[in-house]
Amino acid sequence: MVAVTESLLLLVVVVATALAFDFTNGFHDTGNAMATTIATRALKPKQAVLLSASLNLVGAFLSLTVAATIAKGIVDANVVTLGVVLAGLAGGILWNLLTWLLGLPSSSSHALIGGVVGAVLAAAGTSGVLWGGLLAKVLLPALIAPVVAIIVGAIGTRLVTHLTRNVKQEDNDRMFRWGQIGSASLVSLAHGTNDAQKSMGIILLALIAGGAVPADSGVPFWVILSCALAMAIGTYLGGWRVIRTLGKGLVELESRQGMAAETSSAAVILLSSHFGYSLSTTHVATGSILGSGVGMKGASVRWSVAGRMFVAWLITVPAAATVGALAYGLGAVIGGEAGSYVVFGVLIALSAAIWVASRRKPVDHNNVNEEWAPGEGDAPAGTDETVATVDTVDTVDTVEAVDAIRAVDAEESPERAAVGVAGHEQGGDR
Amino acid sequence: MSEYIEWSALGNVLLFGILVGAGLPALFALGVRTVAGPSARDAEGNVPTGRKVLGGICFGITLVAVLGAVAYIAAGGH
Repeated sequence: MVAVTESLLLLVVVVATALAFDFTNGFHDTGNAMATTIATRALKPKQAVLLSASLNLVGAFLSLTVAATIAKGIVDANVVTLGVVLAGLAGGILWNLLTWLLGLPSSSSHALIGGVVGAVLAAAGTSGVLWGGLLAKVLLPALIAPVVAIIVGAIGTRLVTHLTRNVKQEDNDRMFRWGQIGSASLVSLAHGTNDAQKSMGIILLALIAGGAVPADSGVPFWVILSCALAMAIGTYLGGWRVIRTLGKGLVELESRQGMAAETSSAAVILLSSHFGYSLSTTHVATGSILGSGVGMKGASVRWSVAGRMFVAWLITVPAAATVGALAYGLGAVIGGEAGSYVVFGVLIALSAAIWVASRRKPVDHNNVNEEWAPGEGDAPAGTDETVATVDTVDTVDTVEAVDAIRAVDAEESPERAAVGVAGHEQGGDR
Repeated sequence: MSEYIEWSALGNVLLFGILVGAGLPALFALGVRTVAGPSARDAEGNVPTGRKVLGGICFGITLVAVLGAVAYIAAGGH
């Protein structure tokens, strides 16, 4: 595996990167549990992310069956070195941040697997990847998960809305609000348990590889604590862009649908891991929300927004793999530990660039529930549909377009625009 | 394709997913209908005890299912 001569500093870099991935994981996946709760106003946005963050924190401590493996059955375990892990994490983090910028929910675990696959390809060639495993465990489930969730969510919504069709709307909202909070909490708890363990596993693997702990070591307490905290902080800061797309972009939701969708998500996620056929939380949650639109009479589903998501899911693995391969290549060209530090530095620089790009039109707890504009989501979320390119980082047009929107906003609602501008300057996308 | 898709596991996920994932919301909805439906209140505007008990059973079963799921997660089944 990894030579023991590698220094403590390299180990620190890998652990820090794993925690950063853990953070983006929480950040990116808040919407899976809480988007419907926020969209139906069952909870205020800040309350929802606080509840979700707390449950993620609890979930991370709840069950500790951590295995020191990464992408097991998908890549050859013998070629996974610290350099591969670092490059894989870089791929996962950058794909998470990019999809967040575009407001697209995409699977964090698929992003990580993609990053590792790319790094392995660069390190060991095509023989290092177990292609059958990749197809059976990652690519096909990405297509199957939403279909299963759409079916379950649609049936649940149909039954619920039929049974309560004569109940007054206010009674429905009042009672289903609690069902919604309960089911969304379950999704948060399951996420904390499941996903924090992945980061713990990566850090444990790095510690073993670096010789810091013996090979049969359990997970040190500081690893559990730091992973739990990184994910909880990420969840609390809330990927508002993704929340907005899930809660407002796909279907106009009411409490009954939200409750049916989250229960469907919790059931399918828990059952799939019980039967040993793990499905991604993100794919299941998105499918359930779509199902709650399919099952609701008179509701319309924005399939164009859903279509963009499906495309993003299909390219998650190749895209993250490309980043992972480039990161590994960069590290290898420079060579040795210095290469790893350069990869780490480039990762920080690119992450900062994506964050800066997101400032152009922030989405935060103030505007997360605003009406979904026609055509929104056809262009990168957070920019106007007049900006057709993905590369918004240095596009002057974007600034002008956003300023134009602000000007219109200001005429319609001075207060809201003022909040938006303040958020823009103070980093309100938190 | 069959070598890449575990059909039996998938079938189980779908079957039990519908039973639990759609059944529990339906049960909750039944509870709501029982205590807040159109004929739930009598002439004085009160919900009869029988309806309250029935609704309580519906909500109780969903609550037990949620707690069971938490226990399942904690037990490491997840």
